[in-house]
Amino acid sequence: MQASPPATRQETVRFAFNSSLPIFFGYVILGTGYGLYMHNLGFGFWFPTIMAAVVYGGSVEFILASMLVQSFLPGNVVLITLVVGFRQFFYGLSMLKKYRGAGWRKFFLIYGLTDETFVVNYSLSIPKEYDRYSVYTLISLFDHSYWVLGAFLGGALGSLIGKEIPGMDFVMTALFIALAVDQFQKEKDHLSSASGVIVTIACLLLFGKTYFLVATLLILVAEYAVIYWRQAKRGDQNDTD
Amino acid sequence: MTLTDQIICIALAALANFATRLTPFLLFRTEAATPDFVTGLGRFLPAAIMGMLVVYCYRNVNWLGGTHGLPEVIAGVVTVIVHLWKHSLFLTLIVGTLCYMLLINFIF
Repeated sequence: MQASPPATRQETVRFAFNSSLPIFFGYVILGTGYGLYMHNLGFGFWFPTIMAAVVYGGSVEFILASMLVQSFLPGNVVLITLVVGFRQFFYGLSMLKKYRGAGWRKFFLIYGLTDETFVVNYSLSIPKEYDRYSVYTLISLFDHSYWVLGAFLGGALGSLIGKEIPGMDFVMTALFIALAVDQFQKEKDHLSSASGVIVTIACLLLFGKTYFLVATLLILVAEYAVIYWRQAKRGDQNDTD
Repeated sequence: MTLTDQIICIALAALANFATRLTPFLLFRTEAATPDFVTGLGRFLPAAIMGMLVVYCYRNVNWLGGTHGLPEVIAGVVTVIVHLWKHSLFLTLIVGTLCYMLLINFIF
């Protein structure tokens, strides 16, 4: 069998762009909604645009926008951002291995580790001829620019658009569903997937919308601790056999 | 809030948000510095997180009133079926989203 030659820069960009396209639709639609939201709060278009570029976290930006029109409570801003962003710590944990060795590109990979970019980069199978670090980095940068573009459009055309078309934001739900289905089909056992769904539903009911993700992730870590401990115990027994 | 206050808030949120993404990479810089438990966690969690994010998308649904989440559930089931059937991400996104838009704008 002949090994395929390494991909050219152009081929790499095309592959990354195609892989990022689902996020293009999602981010432009959601970003426009976010820009529109800030427009309706009375902000000029450069506010959502700069916030999208600098903060770059969907749900955090909506909350931050509403805090900017209230009294100055910087401590609260940090606290809420940390609570909402808590889940991203676990995206980092899951990408440690894939992103190791990326060198200077790692900054962009980490800065761009949103829900959507995590799910797409994690699920992506990259053919051998592509440099995977370049692909991951380009996808991260493309995604970031889609979000900024959406925020700009919503903020700048706010008075023209006026209102969102209801339901378009379902594109993100559909994306997560599709990638979860792919994951479910390729995994050997469904313990993790099933835990994710069941624990999250339980925590949403118990803890409410603000804290359920934090609770969910802590419970999932505890669940894995039990699995890890039992495996270690079994391993010790095998050694003594 | 003055403009300066707002800039401070945005900068703080940006730093805090980046910190949540950066911390794992700072804590576990090399393979040798990464405990087996953390490596294992990194393998166990992603599938659970994908399930979590699907539920997360449904967090604002009002199950007890309004349309009782029917359009969201129907569109979700349609999304799953189309994806299992054709395995084309784009087709799935288009059909799922159009289905939801039709449901909430014309039926419910």
